[in-house]
Amino acid sequence: MYHAIVFLPLVGFLIAGLLGRVIGARPSEIITTALLFVSAVLSWVAFIHVGFGEEPMIRVQVAQWMSVGDLQVDWAFRIDTLTAMMLVVVNTVSALVHLYSIGYMHEDPHRPRFFAYLSLFTFAMLMLVTADNLVQMFFGWEGVGLASYLLIGFWYKKDSANAAAMKAFIVNRVGDFGFLLGIFTIFVLFNGVTFDAIFPRVGEFANARFTFLGIEWHALTITCLLLFMGAMGKSAQFLLHTWLPDAMEGPTPVSALIHAATMVTAGVFMVARLSPVFEYAPAALTVVTVIGGITAFFAATVGLVQNDIKRVIAYSTCSQLGYMFVALGVGAYSAGMFHLFTHAFFKALLFLGAGSVIHAMHHEQDMRNMGNLRRYIPLTTAMMAIGTLALTGFPFTAGYYSKDAIIEAAYASHSAAGSFAFLATVIAAFMTSFYSWRLFFMTFEGNARWGASHHHAPSDHEGVEHDERGHDVEPAGHADHEHGHHGHGAHTPHESPLVMVLPLIVLAIGAVVAGIVFHDAFLGEGHQEFWKGALFTGPNNHILEEMHHLPGWVPLLPTVMMILGFVLAYYMYIVDAKQPARLAADHPILYRFLLNKWYFDELYDAIFVRPAMAIGRFFWRTGDQKIIDGLGPDGISARVLDVTRGAVRLQSGYVYHYAFAMLIGVAALVTFYLFRGAH
Amino acid sequence: MLGFGILSGLLILPLVGAAFILTLRGDSEATRSNARWAALATTLATFVLSLVAWGRFDTATASFQLVESHAWLTETIRYKLGVDGFSMPLILLTTFLMPFCILASWESIGHRVKEYYVAFLVLETTMIGVFCALDLVLFYLFFEAGLIPMFLIIGIWGGKRRIYASFKFFLYTLLGSVLMLLAIMAMYWQAGTTDIPTLLAFKFPYNLQIWLWLAFFASFAVKMPMWPVHTWLPDAHVEAPTAGSVILAGVLLKMGGYGFIRVSLPMFPDASVYFSALVFALSIIAIVYTSLVALMQEDIKKLIAYSSVAHMGFVTMGLFSMNEQGIQGAMFTMISHGLVSGALFLGVGVIYDRMHTREIKAYGGLVNRMPMYAVVFMILTMANVALPGTSGFIGEFLTLMGAFRSNTWVAFFAATGVILSAAYALWLYRRVVYGELDKPALQTITDLNRREMIIFAPLILLIIYYGVQPGPILDAFAVPTDQLLKGVQAALSTVKTAALTAH
Repeated sequence: MYHAIVFLPLVGFLIAGLLGRVIGARPSEIITTALLFVSAVLSWVAFIHVGFGEEPMIRVQVAQWMSVGDLQVDWAFRIDTLTAMMLVVVNTVSALVHLYSIGYMHEDPHRPRFFAYLSLFTFAMLMLVTADNLVQMFFGWEGVGLASYLLIGFWYKKDSANAAAMKAFIVNRVGDFGFLLGIFTIFVLFNGVTFDAIFPRVGEFANARFTFLGIEWHALTITCLLLFMGAMGKSAQFLLHTWLPDAMEGPTPVSALIHAATMVTAGVFMVARLSPVFEYAPAALTVVTVIGGITAFFAATVGLVQNDIKRVIAYSTCSQLGYMFVALGVGAYSAGMFHLFTHAFFKALLFLGAGSVIHAMHHEQDMRNMGNLRRYIPLTTAMMAIGTLALTGFPFTAGYYSKDAIIEAAYASHSAAGSFAFLATVIAAFMTSFYSWRLFFMTFEGNARWGASHHHAPSDHEGVEHDERGHDVEPAGHADHEHGHHGHGAHTPHESPLVMVLPLIVLAIGAVVAGIVFHDAFLGEGHQEFWKGALFTGPNNHILEEMHHLPGWVPLLPTVMMILGFVLAYYMYIVDAKQPARLAADHPILYRFLLNKWYFDELYDAIFVRPAMAIGRFFWRTGDQKIIDGLGPDGISARVLDVTRGAVRLQSGYVYHYAFAMLIGVAALVTFYLFRGAH
Repeated sequence: MLGFGILSGLLILPLVGAAFILTLRGDSEATRSNARWAALATTLATFVLSLVAWGRFDTATASFQLVESHAWLTETIRYKLGVDGFSMPLILLTTFLMPFCILASWESIGHRVKEYYVAFLVLETTMIGVFCALDLVLFYLFFEAGLIPMFLIIGIWGGKRRIYASFKFFLYTLLGSVLMLLAIMAMYWQAGTTDIPTLLAFKFPYNLQIWLWLAFFASFAVKMPMWPVHTWLPDAHVEAPTAGSVILAGVLLKMGGYGFIRVSLPMFPDASVYFSALVFALSIIAIVYTSLVALMQEDIKKLIAYSSVAHMGFVTMGLFSMNEQGIQGAMFTMISHGLVSGALFLGVGVIYDRMHTREIKAYGGLVNRMPMYAVVFMILTMANVALPGTSGFIGEFLTLMGAFRSNTWVAFFAATGVILSAAYALWLYRRVVYGELDKPALQTITDLNRREMIIFAPLILLIIYYGVQPGPILDAFAVPTDQLLKGVQAALSTVKTAALTAH
């Protein structure tokens, strides 16, 4: 069964990728989607079997990969509750996204390629979550990176898409740099890279030291920090987050699948998988907490002012990933994984809903050109409302259980980092609610602003008022936002076809009930029997119990924040719609700072990209061409030429010149022998 | 049969083919076609014969196999051939790549066709000779003889600056070899033989080891090429015809690495330990420096050439990390790089044949008219950046792991190559393949034809196969690596005890 779950998407990829041109687009779509659905159903079977059955961890050997000295690496699956849960998340969302894409991409001439990439991504992601050793995990890790690169750059004619794809791959490679070094450290310490070889022996190294770069470290701390660097790259955490917003250049189903529900959570999964190691590295966990807290806060602030509907959700994803890391960092691994689980549903829902909006608007993504869409696409609006409620943590929706649990865990950890994270996540909860409702109001409520950008608004747009554009006008000049490929004024927004709406409904159900249904198993009374040791907690880690003994105001706080955020958004975007522009005009520096994402792209460009190019040019022009070639072959050949030129001059052709030279020679020889003889 | 075995057959077969081509008369189209087919048949036969040799080869033993020995210059300097786990895969790589070179030259070589194929076949003999020679003088002979056909290939069938490039290539490599010849003489005087198996067991005095190591290093470092004697490579690659680049990157560069593992490491273990810091430093510089230089290149071939230098940096780093992962990883990198860079140069050849320019600026948006080519080039690019699942990953991962075990600083700096390689390779891909096809000259460019598909298919299959199942190659390296490490470990432990007593 596990072979089927993992390899069916690969089969789909090969069929659509190799034969796509032969069999045509529709068969490619149907085959890949059908295979994914089979995989998804099997994943649920496996999840119930593993999570709620008796069976402990299963190991499925597929083949040997490499065997070099003590390094033994296999292609093998490690199936425990953690894996089974990820299988469900990945395959369910992927199957729904496949289905959705049939509708969303129906105009695209390259559909077989698109579906092949989607299936390739799914396969790589499954290899990642089923990995039984770090190297296979790295295979999946880079594999999803490749698929992400290909899908972001799917519309290869767009230069911005190509740039974004490249950026995603390279920034991820920065993280992988740390991941690789982390794997090496693990190997040096444990003499193996399989989890079975690592986990039982972690205790032996609790106080071990390891010298890395001339500094003696606590061995497990440096290991975890290096591995976490990989997680930061993949999960777009603060400092390595810059690629995620740009990744929105890809088609929207891709954003839903890769950049919201699955791939970006790989870092969270990795830390959870390695919880036995991280538990012995408290300093590393502190770093995880702090980075998570900063990301949750930072991304939320940027999300407040973005105008591109997808970018808002992208920053929201970034922020929610920060929440997950906070949970992991304070030791509440199950809370982090629970949020990963629920987040997959409602964030995929939000993205696919946004896709439905974009589809309705004919590839318009700027929220300033939307408004009042509720009347035209009511079903999408309802689904988006459910997603927004779940994300902001409305009582009894999925986010209410998982996100609030994280905030409580941060409070319960009683550490400085935990307190910081608590503060950051609470404020972020407020901002999450604000930007989510802002998105909702700008898109679906208020006045329709999508006729106004064209001079000849069609007359059949009855009841559409054409007042001035937008609430969030930039203080100075216009946003340099690129519009979609087509205009959008000529059409009335239309509801999406059934293949697109169906996934929305399924995900919406998940977003509503996932919290209630699974809360007990993931976090509550049943969590021991559910996880069966897949998540390790050290003997001093009692965070899940302490979460039940909090002051009464703590569990209420996130809900209060949610309400405050909603009220503020309602006030600013429904009641007094001039307010945002005024606010932005009053604080231009802050507004621009946020709008330009804290200027990280500019900063990195100035300190990494440009210097690398300048150094490269210098090494090439000066190092290679001037110094090495100049002193080496070119210099030598130039000297040889000089000498020969001199020699040429000697050959004058006059006999007396030669005779004179001979005389000098004879004189020199005679002198030499005379002196030697004198000894 | 006169005591000549299968390895002699591998050496003679290409020469027979070359001799046959030389007997062809005239320069008509029929003659040219005969020359091509004869060359292809010869290289294919050689490849099949090498597979037979592989079939008879036993990976479980570290000793030399298929040995044949005949008196040559003197009783002590013999014509002696044999292979072990290090050399056998390299021979296979050579014979495997040759038919592709012939196929790649099918249409692009228009003048002096016969001579071209003769040069290639002679080159094949010398390359196989290097990898199976078991006598240092014979090794030296093949090592140097290979220069001549390559010099001619670049100088006659090369691009605009071919004369400059061929002389630079020749001078650099010859300079190193002079020192190597001196070292071989010194070894002969010391040990009384140039027989490699005997020398492997011979223990040279420490001081002599230092000098011998340096002399060999001069030669191998140039061949590798290591920084700072690498500047001949980009020029040679740029000017060489496609097939010349393939052989240069695929096989000739491996001679340096093979030299290290055949001569420097096992025969001068103490000196190798002593100089490992130097090699590490040069390797790191090679990886970081040439990756950065590659980033800024404006010529596709030059970019790939610089990336080759960076990959060879991984090889030297792995070899001198002196543990199983490092050495086997380095050897694997050589094989993998042979396939990947060979295929990459073939890939550049495809568009060069159509457009007759290698400038990155002249391209853009090729995917619109060449979707098959885009796929092929994408897979090769990913193999070049060592994506797991391609053969490139196995080598890079193992060499980095080996280096990490030896010295974390080395691995740290070398691992930045992981980031930089992604940067230059993907940027190249973006500029050449992605984007709008708006250049007028490219409007009529055609996708891969059948011949080109036949060339790329086996290369790509092998690159992926060895990425998923590297066992067949890695296992061949395992036993000789253990054998080699036994000698080096002794040297390492003496260094350690010396360091301890010094304190």
